[in-house]
Amino acid sequence: MWQLVSFIFFFGAWELAGRWPVSAAFPPFSQTLLALVAMIVDGSLGKAYVSTLQPLLIGIVLCGIAGVGFGIGMGLSRTVEWLTLPIFIILQAAPMAAMIPLITYLYGIGLTSKVLAVVFLAAPVIVMNSYKGIRNTSPSLVQMCRAFLGTRRQEVVKIILPYAAALIFAGLRLGLAMGFIGVVIAELLITPTGIGDLITYHSSVAEYPRMFAAIASIIAVAALTLYGLERLERTLFPPEIRGS
Amino acid sequence: MHDDAIVEVKGIGKTYDGGVEALRDVALIFPSGQLSTLLGPSGCGKTTLLKIIAGLIVPNAGEVWIKGKKVHGPGPERAFVFQDFALLPWANVLRNVAFGLELQGVSRERREEIARRHIAEVGLGGFESSYPNQLSGGMKQRVGLARALTVDADIILMDEPFSSVDEQTRRKFQEELLDLLRHRQKTVIVVTHSIEEAAYLSDQIVLLTPRPGTVSRIIRPAIERSKGPDEIRRDQNYLDAVDEIWQILKQYVV
Repeated sequence: MWQLVSFIFFFGAWELAGRWPVSAAFPPFSQTLLALVAMIVDGSLGKAYVSTLQPLLIGIVLCGIAGVGFGIGMGLSRTVEWLTLPIFIILQAAPMAAMIPLITYLYGIGLTSKVLAVVFLAAPVIVMNSYKGIRNTSPSLVQMCRAFLGTRRQEVVKIILPYAAALIFAGLRLGLAMGFIGVVIAELLITPTGIGDLITYHSSVAEYPRMFAAIASIIAVAALTLYGLERLERTLFPPEIRGS
Repeated sequence: MHDDAIVEVKGIGKTYDGGVEALRDVALIFPSGQLSTLLGPSGCGKTTLLKIIAGLIVPNAGEVWIKGKKVHGPGPERAFVFQDFALLPWANVLRNVAFGLELQGVSRERREEIARRHIAEVGLGGFESSYPNQLSGGMKQRVGLARALTVDADIILMDEPFSSVDEQTRRKFQEELLDLLRHRQKTVIVVTHSIEEAAYLSDQIVLLTPRPGTVSRIIRPAIERSKGPDEIRRDQNYLDAVDEIWQILKQYVV
């Protein structure tokens, strides 16, 4: 109920600000909504998402497999930790957008570069969360497993991984959030495709309602996806019975 | 080796990485079928000693012998009850109690049958499908005890099992523990910092000095165990033991 009120308030304020107008380049909500509907109907929005979601999904799946694997490896083995932890700490702190020209120089303007942009942004948080989840496993549970004659394999499968699961999942969710940022930056900086193309093109021909519709739609898609994942996370790992 | 000794500790020394010397030259004998307590002020290394006996901590010096065999790690003849319970938060009581058997590869049907019996024995019948977060501290420790009983080890090692529960629960639990052990030939080693608890429970009380832990005195209170709990607490031997322990321990209290 209050959520609804806050939406009405927000869109109302947007409408007023657009009509006032704040800037010639700032359309009211109603026009943006009409532009959005028009873009859905003519299929341009759908086509844009197909091309935007490709590097995003490929990047996240890559991070999901390799990143979680790396994180778990770092958590379980001191050697792997020693070798790779500094890299991921630097990656996590570095402003990755600055790397994009370099990626373009090396890999051109194709899909590879965009996937890499997603990977560079999403990987650190996915790796670090998996690593921390593993490393934070209650030492007392690990000791319990050993006291009851658990093998190292049982220790990993029955104690450490279940304990870290919630944090690993949260890492994937945060990684996806970073991936959305990565893919849009890539589409704006490398070559305009997908949503990035819609934004750049409509901005250049001064079709501001369509530009705003594209921006609003990617925000909404990202927000709803992440909200859904958060709900899923709470269902899969209720705080009362989760480890980390 | 001592005749009825099941656990023998010889010249144990342990210094932690930071340079803290926890134990020095500890030699002890734990008689079979008896309840011994390790008692001392905090920081006397009593938990360290218990975990060395369990095979969870490797000593820098000395050896632990169990049933005539040198200890190199945890073994099936020992079961551990943890101070912080160490229950899997994502597993219900039944799975937690059966966990030791699960690790041994006992079939689900069989291990759950055994676990149910021990859950009932520690007074948790009806809570099989509850999760640890739904239980009180005392109930969690019963789960920990049931888990240790389930693997049917001869030696039960308990690390301050009553320290995380309130006083009433603690007394009740102590009484039930004695009751549970009365009919079994279990050797029990309990770490505690409570003088009354040690005097109430033990056949043998090992007093440890603080840092580094060494054996200060061994006391064997001659309490008639067939008496009821309230009689024991009024027993002259019990009261004498409490007093004797206090006279020794108070010199270590700053």
